[in-house]
Amino acid sequence: MTTQTVNQHDAHAHDEHEHHDAGAMKVFGFWVYLMSDLVIFGSLFATYAVLMQGTAGGPSGADIFELPLILVSTFLLLFSSFTYGMAVLAMHADRVAQVKGWLVITFLLGAGFIGLEIYEFHHLIAEGFGPDRSAFLSSFFTLVGTHGLHVTFGLIWMLVMIVQLFTKGLNDKTRPRIMCLSLFWHFLDIVWICVFTFVYLMGVL
Amino acid sequence: MFGKLGLDDIPYHEPILVVTAIVMMLGGLAIVGLLTYFKKWKWLWTEWITSIDHKKLGIMYFLVALVMLLRGFSDAIMMRTQQAMAAGGAEGYLPPEHYDQIFTAHGVIMIFFVAMPMVIGLMNLVVPLQIGARDVAFPFMNNLSFWLFMAGVVLTMVSLLIGEYGKTGWLAYAPLSGIQYSPGVGVDYWIWGLQISGIGTTLTGINFFVTILKMRTKGMTLFRMPIFTWTSLCANILIIASFPILTATIALLTLDRYLGMHFFTNDMGGNMMMYVNLIWAWGHPEVYILILPAFGVFSEVIATFAKKRLFGYNTMVWATLAIGILSFVVWLHHFFTMGAGANVNAFFGIATMIIAIPTGVKIFNWLFTMYRGRLQFTSPVLWTLGFIITFTIGGMTGVMLAVPGANFVLHNSLFVIAHFHNVIIGGVVFGMLAGLTYWFPKAFGFKLDEKWGKRSFWFWITGFYLAFMPLYILSFMGAVRRMQSYANADWQPLMIVAWVGAVLILCGIACTVIQFIVSIRNREKYADITGDPWDARTLEWSTSSPAPFYNFAHLPNVGSVDAFWEAKKEKGMAADKPTQYEDIHMPKNTVAGPIIGLISIVFGFALVWHIWWLAGVGAVGMFVAFMFRVFNDDIDYYVPAAEVERIEREHHKRLEMQA
Amino acid sequence: MRMKKNLGWLGILPLIAVLLSGCDGALVDPKGQIGVELKSLIITAFWLMMIVVIPVLVMTVVFAWKYRHSNHAAKYMPDWAHSNKIEAVVWLIPCIIILFLGIITWKTSHSLDPHKPIESDVETMEVQVVALDWKWLFIYPEQGIATVNEVAMPVDVPVHFSVTSAAVMNSFFIPTLGSQIYAMAGMDNDVYLVANEAGVYDGKSSNYSGKGFSEMTFDAHAMSQDDFDAWVDKVGQSSETLSYEGSYQELAEPSTDHPVEYFSDVTSDLYRDIVEGFHGGNGEGGHDGGHGETSMSAEAAE
Repeated sequence: MTTQTVNQHDAHAHDEHEHHDAGAMKVFGFWVYLMSDLVIFGSLFATYAVLMQGTAGGPSGADIFELPLILVSTFLLLFSSFTYGMAVLAMHADRVAQVKGWLVITFLLGAGFIGLEIYEFHHLIAEGFGPDRSAFLSSFFTLVGTHGLHVTFGLIWMLVMIVQLFTKGLNDKTRPRIMCLSLFWHFLDIVWICVFTFVYLMGVL
Repeated sequence: MFGKLGLDDIPYHEPILVVTAIVMMLGGLAIVGLLTYFKKWKWLWTEWITSIDHKKLGIMYFLVALVMLLRGFSDAIMMRTQQAMAAGGAEGYLPPEHYDQIFTAHGVIMIFFVAMPMVIGLMNLVVPLQIGARDVAFPFMNNLSFWLFMAGVVLTMVSLLIGEYGKTGWLAYAPLSGIQYSPGVGVDYWIWGLQISGIGTTLTGINFFVTILKMRTKGMTLFRMPIFTWTSLCANILIIASFPILTATIALLTLDRYLGMHFFTNDMGGNMMMYVNLIWAWGHPEVYILILPAFGVFSEVIATFAKKRLFGYNTMVWATLAIGILSFVVWLHHFFTMGAGANVNAFFGIATMIIAIPTGVKIFNWLFTMYRGRLQFTSPVLWTLGFIITFTIGGMTGVMLAVPGANFVLHNSLFVIAHFHNVIIGGVVFGMLAGLTYWFPKAFGFKLDEKWGKRSFWFWITGFYLAFMPLYILSFMGAVRRMQSYANADWQPLMIVAWVGAVLILCGIACTVIQFIVSIRNREKYADITGDPWDARTLEWSTSSPAPFYNFAHLPNVGSVDAFWEAKKEKGMAADKPTQYEDIHMPKNTVAGPIIGLISIVFGFALVWHIWWLAGVGAVGMFVAFMFRVFNDDIDYYVPAAEVERIEREHHKRLEMQA
Repeated sequence: MRMKKNLGWLGILPLIAVLLSGCDGALVDPKGQIGVELKSLIITAFWLMMIVVIPVLVMTVVFAWKYRHSNHAAKYMPDWAHSNKIEAVVWLIPCIIILFLGIITWKTSHSLDPHKPIESDVETMEVQVVALDWKWLFIYPEQGIATVNEVAMPVDVPVHFSVTSAAVMNSFFIPTLGSQIYAMAGMDNDVYLVANEAGVYDGKSSNYSGKGFSEMTFDAHAMSQDDFDAWVDKVGQSSETLSYEGSYQELAEPSTDHPVEYFSDVTSDLYRDIVEGFHGGNGEGGHDGGHGETSMSAEAAE
């Protein structure tokens, strides 16, 4: 180990360090945030697993899940991940108009997903199978609802990004944000696949 | 209009609370008056409240922690007084209604609003300096974290004056904390205070994790980081991995209480064991979030004042990592008596004991750092020695508790209380007070008075042993925790001894307060001109005291673990004078942070009292404030080279004058 | 530095004193087989730990004093920071101790498992315990009686306590006899205890349960078989009776510092009804979840 002076003066190194890529750091920080969010979902999945049998004389998953509907919303979300991917590709090619277009399409797909979820929840509550009916329904509504809440935040964020693309265009600030939202969106997709498999498919089977 | 809130919720008929309220209000008025008189409002706003400077945030965290220590300690001494009185049929002076709130508030405040902000405050102050960075990775988020934490503090304090606090114990075990058994707003204050500040803590964890991994100065590889930075890194990993569990758990309890769900209720399929498991899956790592940085402080202190390299640096790092990982697989030891099978209990018992191995190794490493050193008995060293002895005893009783068989009779007894105070006071509190004394000059430019620091230490340590050793004995006599009164009059003498211990600790706290006053008065005499008052080893001492807002005029270059120490040895002086300066890129202050924090208080308060419209307004308000931040591009600036040069010149002038 | 040395000892003296002297403590002076085994386990663990604790305390004081700044006679090696030998020793010793302790832990976790019946020539007696807000209900299914805040058992007869709660979580604990166990609504938990000496022992909830927690205590009477039979007769003469739909509901209402009560006639399924009352949607239709499922859920804590 060579020992060097502490206050050594090294203009270039310093400059490099200085701009040590605020954008990349944001994306990395967002990754870390997603990991912590994953822990929240993990806790909710664990809770669901424990309370799945706690139907308290009420309906079980097999009684209330409508797979065709869920399948439609699953494809909406999966496809929206694809369209978001297209938006990111367009961003890398610096085609602002295309980015906007893909984001709008993604937004519509996401909104469709949320619309179907609201329909499903409303339907269940109207039939008397609301989250206060049993521990199973509490954990079901909470797990799926938390995912839905995340998607809703993602939609709001997407609106903000569309606005910012109009006002600011693509720059050092908006690019990392679009990348972070991309991570967020794909993350929610992955979580949904777990929800779909673990809650709906296994619930019906 | 005002939800559940009515005039009856203001406890004007409770003399103790009225007096507290008057004192708090007079104190508040005095501060407002002083600020107005000295025309300091603008200064407070621009220099502190909106500041994104990690050093100032660190100071604010620590200041709030010290104020909350006074609150938490008054709870403690009230409890000790009650237990010293309420023996053999006597009722004492606190009815269960009060006593139950006090022990709940004591636990919550001491962990969340004293220990946590001390640890996070010290991390804020020290970590960027130690890694040679100019700020943290996300300075705005750092400010926001602080104000979210403050929102939790304010909500908890407001519960004293409007309504009530939880009567459930600090972890609010369900179903006692459910709406059926706790219909009042106490648990709701607990929920929103912890939920809001907990989110702040998670953000801090992410912030420092990224800061430490991405913002280290040139040459500082992971295995050249100072130990305090290492322990902070591990603590932040634990925060990222465990605080979301707390967030989720509290959210589920909230749904139970607000929307009539059945996660933890007795009936309708609810499962209270789930709550206990979840809360400890967070709660156990939480303990290590507190103790690991304290370990880091002791490592820095002992190496600095023994004038010797830290013994077994690599071992220290691996031991820290091992403790961090193991802390996630031991949570069940908090409830061996729940009735899990023998295999499960044995597994978690043994996993717990294994933690004692790396911890024991750390203790030996500190001992061998002293060995063949030149130990100066400054007050940080006294805290460290007090820690080694006290923590060793606390660790031993911890291992005893980890044996499921022994736990079957020691669980929920005063043994547990004595054990965790043994490790938290002996470890975290001693560590933070050592850290405070050690890094105080770096924050303020002058040292703390040693005489009062040492007095504080001797009061604390004697007070501690007098207050808690009797509890071990009482547990063997069958005394359990959280008793408002007890029939067995044989316990009273020891309870009185414990009370005396608490009074001595009070003297220790008073000594710390006096220490501040004396030191501020003598700040000229105690001034630290060099920036390196202890002849220390790590980078934070290579810049001036107090550190300039940009930390380093030139980012240092690191070639070994004790880079600054090596540089001093080689050059014979702390810092050489650079000839040329450059513009420095810095973040601007933020208004959004404190505004969001402030609105979150309103938001939380509205939810506690079911004032739905106000909660809605609060939610929208926070969103709007955040959008202002998002659409604001004017968030950074360059400090001109000339300005940097002026500041640095002044420092060098002072250095030369002293020389 | 004399004082620091004193403080070190101050820390362990009370523990040693308590563990060795036969002072009036419940855990120090156990009256049942389980309690005796637990005490010896605690003492073993304590001394095993002492193997490493005592050297640490001594080294702290000796090193700090010997290598004080003013002592120029002591060796000073500012760059000495590594020694394979020392590292090996400081890892090895804790490892060995924890290995021993781990083995002991594994064995005793099984031998002292609260769910494990106590081996005895006499038949185990059954007592069902229900934690209510804030009192203890004891049901004797074999004798057909029930009591509140008083429990009795013949000396040397193992007792199987089935423990549940009809309110919040509590912990059923008679310190002098040994292990405690959580009482939780809808769960059928259990603990085996035995009293080997006649006497009256304090019993309590050790898990905080709200307003009346401090007074949620009971007396546990250990007595000869004859005295026990007489006690059963005495309880049997009470005019009070207990049924799930009837007087039990009244008893279950929250009350603090509840007096001792006796019930002569108790419906045979009372305990089961209380446990299963929490399983259904609204107190009805919950009888499908049997005992097996209940105890399984108690172990789902894993």
